[in-house]
Amino acid sequence: MKTNLRRRLFSVLKHALMILVVITALYPIIWMMVSSLRPDGSIFSNPSPIPTTFHWQNYVYGWRALGAPFSRYLINSLIVVVAAIVGNLITCTMAAYAFARLKFKFQKPAFAFMLLTIMIPIHVVIVPQYIIWAQAGLVNTFWPLVIPKFLATDAFFIFLMVQFIRGLPKELDEAARIDGAGHGRIFLQILLPLMTPALATVTIFTFIWTWNDFFVQMIFLTDPKLYTVPIALRSFIDAQSSSSYGAMFAMSTISVLPLLLIFAFGQKYLIQGIATTGLK
Amino acid sequence: MSLSELQHLARTRKEPRVKQETPDNKAALVFLAPWILGAIVLTIGPMVASLGLSFTNYNLLQSPRWIGVENFLRILTDTRLHRSLIVTLLYVVIGVPGQLIAALFLALILDRGMKGLSFYRSAFYLPSLLGSSVAIAVLWRLVFGGDGLFNTLLGVIGITSTTSWIGSPDTALGTIILLHIWTFGSPMVIFLAGLRQIPTELYEAAATDGASTWQRFRYVTIPLLTPIIFFNLVLAVINSFQAFTQAFIVSGGTGAPADSTLFYTLYLYTQGFGSFRMGYASALAWLLVILIAAFTGLNFFLSKFWVHYED
Repeated sequence: MKTNLRRRLFSVLKHALMILVVITALYPIIWMMVSSLRPDGSIFSNPSPIPTTFHWQNYVYGWRALGAPFSRYLINSLIVVVAAIVGNLITCTMAAYAFARLKFKFQKPAFAFMLLTIMIPIHVVIVPQYIIWAQAGLVNTFWPLVIPKFLATDAFFIFLMVQFIRGLPKELDEAARIDGAGHGRIFLQILLPLMTPALATVTIFTFIWTWNDFFVQMIFLTDPKLYTVPIALRSFIDAQSSSSYGAMFAMSTISVLPLLLIFAFGQKYLIQGIATTGLK
Repeated sequence: MSLSELQHLARTRKEPRVKQETPDNKAALVFLAPWILGAIVLTIGPMVASLGLSFTNYNLLQSPRWIGVENFLRILTDTRLHRSLIVTLLYVVIGVPGQLIAALFLALILDRGMKGLSFYRSAFYLPSLLGSSVAIAVLWRLVFGGDGLFNTLLGVIGITSTTSWIGSPDTALGTIILLHIWTFGSPMVIFLAGLRQIPTELYEAAATDGASTWQRFRYVTIPLLTPIIFFNLVLAVINSFQAFTQAFIVSGGTGAPADSTLFYTLYLYTQGFGSFRMGYASALAWLLVILIAAFTGLNFFLSKFWVHYED
């Protein structure tokens, strides 16, 4: 009876602590969203996370505050994100199939090199890459952001899918091979359909990383017409006087909505992806 | 050499020959074609080029001029660079353990068959999802400003403050470290997955041997979790050395105030793409590679003393 009571008390305490942490985790985000609906003058003096006013003018003003309507930046980001996803899905999957299922010359050093590239910081290749793209006349286009994805440069995803393919029974391939299927058919018709969870994880993480990417997009996109969402938001702080916080929060809120949607619908793959590979 | 050893040797030497399949070199070349092209053109080539450039003076307009080790000598005397190294090291040394301890602590509490686990896990993960975005960096900059939300909240509990936390050299870095700790959700998810891998038989066996809750935690949970802690630590250190966006937005791209948020990558960016000192920026990039490799190596070396591996 007594231990039961103690256990209950302990459980209540634990939940109280957890709720405190939930508040710490979510309060800044919720406050930002609620503040996007408050008039500028009352934003910082009001710490309440409950919306009382609906000052939609912030959204109207923020949408038009930069050189182009905000929809332009959303579309630009979307173009880059979709292209990156398509690129990663095609080329990282192909490379993963080769590493996981084929036997070839220099396989071990190639695989070790692939793993090593996961750790190489972008900064050590970005200067020469910039020179290459500048000489090709492709700075201020989306190509420098997209072409690398079609060349399987996101080694993390190759590794993730190698691990996944290794978990699939090899008898499937062997049966198909006996039936006369070549590698193309084994890859496309046997393995690919079984890989949907891994493909979903790659899609979701490519979305998040590309949507949030700031460093590379800032380097290659300096033409305001080509700005993606993060670059547009950054120019927003530079351009605005200190008075239009509401509009800034309004556009910030819009910029994180796609991430929240992805989270709402892809949570299962997201959590699985982090848990199995340590993706951020 | 004994007979059994000879037999063993014969077996191991023969086996590969028997098992050898026809290699799939041609198919591999097709499947790996994009990756090989990318590895050569976008990774190996640029790495070699960047190593070469680090011995030159290059501003993108004129062709690179060979200056030997001058860039590396400059590294030794560049006080802003030294400042940025200190800033980055402080961020790594405080931010990484801070975040991992929070993540581990919460994972341990959540793991004990707690109700609402998936709700808590989702809520805790959201800051990690949004934390690297420009939007959250903008929010941070405004929350910790002089008339920002943080001071308002202090006012609510009776502390009057007009300090700009991002404007003061003593606290600006602290706000960015806080942002890093706030994104404890993703390592927590990895810890939770690791905790789930610990076989329940081990706890049962420990319990039948009369181990207390604390002893089970100390001698079962913690040792079996050390490989996951190590994994998280290595990843976090590698990533933290490359932190950029938050410092860039919070400081307006300058590392202000008084270079107190001048992260290494931020300094590298201003040298390369602000002042167009591409040679020096390349030297700095290689120093970053060396630093990351050294810290990762150190981590692996130290792991011998505390990471427990099952045989």
